[in-house]
Amino acid sequence: MSIGTEILQQIINGIALGSIYALIALGYTMVYGIVRLINFAHGDILMVGAFAAYFFLTRFGLSTIGMVGAFLFSMIVSATFGIVIERLAYKPLRNAPRINALITAIGVSLILENGARVIPFIGPNPRQFPTIKTVNISVLDMSVSNVQIIVVLVSIFLMIALNYIVMSTKTGKAMRAVSYDRKAASLMGIPVNRIISFTFGLGSILAAAAGILFATAYPQVEPYMGIMPGLKAFIAAVLGGIGSIPGAMIGGYILGIAETMTKGFLSSQLSDAIAFGILIIILLAKPTGIMGKNVREKV
Amino acid sequence: MEHKTRNSILLAIVAIAVVVIPTSLIKIEVIDEYTAQILTLAGINAIIAISLNLISGITGQLALGHAGFMAIGAYTTSSLTMQLGLPLPLAIIGGGFMTAVFGFVIGFPTLKLTGDYLAIVTLGFGEIIRVVLINMKGLTGGAAGLKGVPGFTADILAQPVISFAVVTATLVLILAGITNFLLSSYGRAIISIREDEIAAASNGIPVFFYKMFSFTISAFLAGIAGGLYAPFFGYLNPTMFTFLKSVDFLIIVVLGGMGSITGTIIASYVLTYLQEFLRFLKDYRLVIYPFILIFIMLFRPKGLLGRTELSLVGLLNKVLQWRASKAKDDKEARR
Repeated sequence: MSIGTEILQQIINGIALGSIYALIALGYTMVYGIVRLINFAHGDILMVGAFAAYFFLTRFGLSTIGMVGAFLFSMIVSATFGIVIERLAYKPLRNAPRINALITAIGVSLILENGARVIPFIGPNPRQFPTIKTVNISVLDMSVSNVQIIVVLVSIFLMIALNYIVMSTKTGKAMRAVSYDRKAASLMGIPVNRIISFTFGLGSILAAAAGILFATAYPQVEPYMGIMPGLKAFIAAVLGGIGSIPGAMIGGYILGIAETMTKGFLSSQLSDAIAFGILIIILLAKPTGIMGKNVREKV
Repeated sequence: MEHKTRNSILLAIVAIAVVVIPTSLIKIEVIDEYTAQILTLAGINAIIAISLNLISGITGQLALGHAGFMAIGAYTTSSLTMQLGLPLPLAIIGGGFMTAVFGFVIGFPTLKLTGDYLAIVTLGFGEIIRVVLINMKGLTGGAAGLKGVPGFTADILAQPVISFAVVTATLVLILAGITNFLLSSYGRAIISIREDEIAAASNGIPVFFYKMFSFTISAFLAGIAGGLYAPFFGYLNPTMFTFLKSVDFLIIVVLGGMGSITGTIIASYVLTYLQEFLRFLKDYRLVIYPFILIFIMLFRPKGLLGRTELSLVGLLNKVLQWRASKAKDDKEARR
């Protein structure tokens, strides 16, 4: 294989991985945009979603209907988790110093991970995730698997759906208003609490989908599976400018491609360091991320 | 003036007592070896939590990568003793200086960022340090870890006593140093940055310089803590210094009160002991601990002490005042 096709091959792999990161990053960025909170538990919502799908698929079998059912079921479970967590843990701290909310988020994340670990029917051991049979299609010396195609298509569909919700519906408009100025939004009669819950739910739905796709691509589920993709997606969100939806998508793809490139050409161990390296370089050049708005503090 | 000498003597006596009394108790085995280990570990945690509090609580710049600094200190110290054969105290100080250099280099670009972005970039540097350490197999033993770091003393039986004494003495010295530092003009400048960066800058305080200053000192202290950790544990592995470790220290700082040095010290002893105490719950401990954390965040958001400090001198003055006023009351009553 020539170096050109090798690069293209890695780009294809990167796009597949990047789509998953982008989906997770969207959840981070929406939540940050609306309550200014780095929701560290977001990666673990992904784990919850993946496990929900795992139990659904092992119970009802792997068919097209089973797959769609698994998506819906895990989205509902994750959204419930997201909304309940927001109500119980984050809402009381909305006016507390930001660092308290941050630590609470880390606490919630630890509870989800370790809770999954000690619950008897989940347990600490990784399990095989039921997936469809992988078929590789070769195009011009490059191989694309059917799983990769599904991953990319599902994520693009979800991103378009999200974009429609945020840009063209009344709720989306309310979301944007709350993120722009919460107090003013509430004066305009927008039910701020409900909108924030909705945002958490929406983010969790995307995380659930990302969880299933991630578990399909690397076919296993375990309680700590959400940490690394969560952290990477978080970098992606910051990279693209946290709070910005197109930014999260761009950031996800950049990070996915960078990661597969590093793994393909340098070393797999360095890929995490490279991800953070890119983040640092971009933040130093443009402190608010690629698409971030620059807000100057005024006295 | 005589008050000043009186206070200094009081504090010196307390400082010596804090080190000497538990050490002798460990020596005559009133405090068992296991508790001694916990106390030593808590001391190390206190040092690194103070270092984190200096930059996050007192300067107001949230940093999430202190485990990385600790790792640099630990590995530098162990390399200096194991490969260059330097005596341990020199190696620990060397570890501190090495970390300070790294802190300076990392701080220079990153401290231009603020708030969440700074937190993320320091988190990133912490992770990069860890990954680089895994890949520097010659010095660090890579992912397999570095075994056989020489302890504080060659005598295994005396190890718990000496470890405790060294760590606690270092902690007391650092506490004295940092309290005086905070009362100096440098310390005031740093606090003013936390209170209001813009106001500080418009009052002619070179904000960036003081942030760098605080960050470098913070890195130095974290390096010292790492240097103490290496001989205490005797084994190093890059997985000990993950992002979650940094979070552990942040939890100590927030629980003790952001900006309160004494609060940090109390919190590190409480939390280190709590983690050991909860061991009887087995794996459920891992769930209970974050629950406790969230409850504290919900019901006591400013931490144990908030921004106030426990002050022995202040306490003494209060007692004296109370006695003086009581004596006066008595006199008036007799009249």
